[in-house]
Amino acid sequence: MWMKKQLRIIAYVLTLLLVLAGLWVGSAKAQTPTPPTDDQVNAIARQLYCPVCENTPLDVCPTEACRQWRELIRQQLSEGWTDAQIKQYFVANYGARVLAEPPRSGLNWLIYILPPAFILLGVYILYRALRTWIKPSTAAPASSESDAKPLEDEYVAKFEEELRKRN
Amino acid sequence: MLADFGYGILVVSFLVALYSVGAAIIGVWRKSAELVESARRAMLLTWPLISLSAASLITLLITNHFDISFVYEVTSRSMPTYLKITAWWGGQAGSLVFWSWLMSAFASLVTLRKWDRDREFLPWVIVVSGITIAFFLSMSIFFENPFARMWFDSSGNVVKAMVQPVGTTPVPLQPDGRGLNPLLRHPGMIIHPPMLYLGFVSFVIPYAFAMAALITGRTDDRWIRITRRWTLWAWLFLSCGLVLGSRWAYDVLGWGGFWGWDPVEIAALMPWLTGTAFLHSVMIQEKRGLLKHWNMILIILTYALVVFGTFLTRSGVLSSVHAFASSPIGPYFMAFVTITFVASIVLVIYRWPQLRSDTEMKSLLSREALFLLNNLLFMSVLVVCFWGVIFPLVSEFFTGQKVTVGPPFYQRATGPLFAGLMLLMGIAPLSAWGHSSLQSIGRALWKSALAALALIVLVFFTYTKNVIALIGFYLVALVIFVTLQEFWRATRARQRAQHENFFTSLARLTGRNRRRYGGYLIHLSMMLMAIGILGINLFQVQTQGTVPVDGKLNIQGYTVQYSSIAAFPGPDGRQVTRAVVNVYKNNQYLGQLYPRIDYYPDAQQTMTIPGERPTLSDDLYIILVDWQPASSNGATFKIYVNPLVNWLWIGAFIFIFGILIAAWPDKDPEYVPVVTHNKAHQPSSAD
Repeated sequence: MWMKKQLRIIAYVLTLLLVLAGLWVGSAKAQTPTPPTDDQVNAIARQLYCPVCENTPLDVCPTEACRQWRELIRQQLSEGWTDAQIKQYFVANYGARVLAEPPRSGLNWLIYILPPAFILLGVYILYRALRTWIKPSTAAPASSESDAKPLEDEYVAKFEEELRKRN
Repeated sequence: MLADFGYGILVVSFLVALYSVGAAIIGVWRKSAELVESARRAMLLTWPLISLSAASLITLLITNHFDISFVYEVTSRSMPTYLKITAWWGGQAGSLVFWSWLMSAFASLVTLRKWDRDREFLPWVIVVSGITIAFFLSMSIFFENPFARMWFDSSGNVVKAMVQPVGTTPVPLQPDGRGLNPLLRHPGMIIHPPMLYLGFVSFVIPYAFAMAALITGRTDDRWIRITRRWTLWAWLFLSCGLVLGSRWAYDVLGWGGFWGWDPVEIAALMPWLTGTAFLHSVMIQEKRGLLKHWNMILIILTYALVVFGTFLTRSGVLSSVHAFASSPIGPYFMAFVTITFVASIVLVIYRWPQLRSDTEMKSLLSREALFLLNNLLFMSVLVVCFWGVIFPLVSEFFTGQKVTVGPPFYQRATGPLFAGLMLLMGIAPLSAWGHSSLQSIGRALWKSALAALALIVLVFFTYTKNVIALIGFYLVALVIFVTLQEFWRATRARQRAQHENFFTSLARLTGRNRRRYGGYLIHLSMMLMAIGILGINLFQVQTQGTVPVDGKLNIQGYTVQYSSIAAFPGPDGRQVTRAVVNVYKNNQYLGQLYPRIDYYPDAQQTMTIPGERPTLSDDLYIILVDWQPASSNGATFKIYVNPLVNWLWIGAFIFIFGILIAAWPDKDPEYVPVVTHNKAHQPSSAD
């Protein structure tokens, strides 16, 4: 009985301590005396683009609107938002154009897929071309035939040119 | 009155350009030398005519004729006269006239050359340049008239027209103009557009000759030999335009960099990429008679990209597809690009059999094969750039969603491609035309490769452990060593043979093989530029803070101390807010810098001019930030340290010097070395 009472008191005290500790930690967090620095704001703003101008990163945009957006980032940082949350907020409000690169979804995949596809195609074409050019031994009879043609063309061309000069 | 005269002359020059096109075509048709000569003279007339029109426009600009819409938009009373003149190309309407004027100057120059050996090209060169001039003039005449006056329509909107449209009232004469965009009042921006335009229009000349070759069927390399120097000069101007534009961005835009992968920048870079590929690949055709199709396609692409680049920056398409659709010049421009491109390609296909190669490629390691790889890499960079610029439009068109394609995309995609190009720059000069083996290249390469490796080990222990930087610096060192070794080897050989001193030998060697050694100098300069680009991209650091008077900001060993701030009126009506800061490095006093903000009341715009302290190791770049209004008790500064960036500008000077060496006219420009088949198979010493 006595034991039980004692245990209960200990439990109460512990709970109280925990709550107090929690409050203390919480208040300590809420009262962070140092507001976010300009560098911290810029570090995020640099990854975002001005939602209204053309191709201007938010950290260097001189417009009044961007000044207010940077203040918004400062406020969000001081409220403990993470980088990802802030970016998400801007995308939700101003569209994907605030990101430095199109998000990897839907039609946007084209921007990431098409250039490598074209480059690979180029590599393939070059490879095929080099292969046909560099293996003349197997195509010897064909090449002698094609050799003859330009010669004739050249002759005709020269002839034509002479005629033209005389005209 | 003067405006009507200027506009009238513009219409006359348009008609004259059309006449020269028509006369040239009919002249060929009827085999009439007189008509072709008449076409040539008409072409020669366009330049003085457009000059007269331009002179009228300049007169209007410097005499404050604010009843003319263009004058009202780009000048103001407070602007000095030289700026009023340069405002000619500062605004859209004037810049299109400027384009036509330069184009007609180049077309006139080319028609004045000696045509004895190439009579059959003449009419077609006139046709191509005439169509191009007529197209740009038609834009000024019908859509972007710089001489138009302003009128109010019934709902109070301003309408621009030469004569009063029905139902409008004249806009009362404005006391002052709005003034040129302050960003365009910087010396860099005054020279940059003419350079870029010169590059653009001079690429039209090789294109015109290529078309003439296709149409006449004279598809040997004559057109390439004629236009070799035109192409080099075009490349020089375009490159200067790009470099000046970068320097301007660095000094004026106040974001600590020079290249932001902005669509406007890329629009100018794209013809440069194909032009550079073309410069390399024509050598294959000259030396080995290969790749005739490809050279045609490259010059066609370059021309198309020149017009497309002008279109991108002039049609408003970049701000939105809808702006493009509503602007009259957008679709017109697009139609012109499409028609000329398709017509050119059809011509290539028509002449496909005649463009067959004279010889065959012998080895994967021959110089021509390596040049092909170079072309592949340049084309890959082009694909990345083109698609990066176009994709936001595609996305907006199909989904209505606007997206940004920014630097991270381009850096990731083009970085490895540029690294590949650097590697080729290290290997290709050591390979021979026709045939090379791994052994022969290895023998020539190993010393440089080893020396570069030793240098990189040093860099690793003293400067950086960043892997990308180490790879980049290794390639830079490799190319520099290979190129210097080439200079050294050839100079020593000549010195021994001719018994000259080293510097005489070096100068004469370069003088005799200007294209080759000018080219090597360009390679060297590119590497210096690469050092700057690697430096600023990989190692840039920045900080920002608000400090009271005497307060300090620290960054990378630098200490910046805010000393004072003052506001005063500038010489041309601007309001200058100028801060004075003391700069220390490792507590040693270095001097003062003066970052400032200029406010232009006429244009209601500010400009942020950084205080810069350039050294070979880095650039201290301080901006007075206009986040908060500057006051006497505190100011906000943003400070960048841009490592190695000044090598970029040093490289740019050497680059221009290199092109001048390569492009300087010969004593006898008509001298053509005869390349016989036997000779073509041997490694050649002169290219």
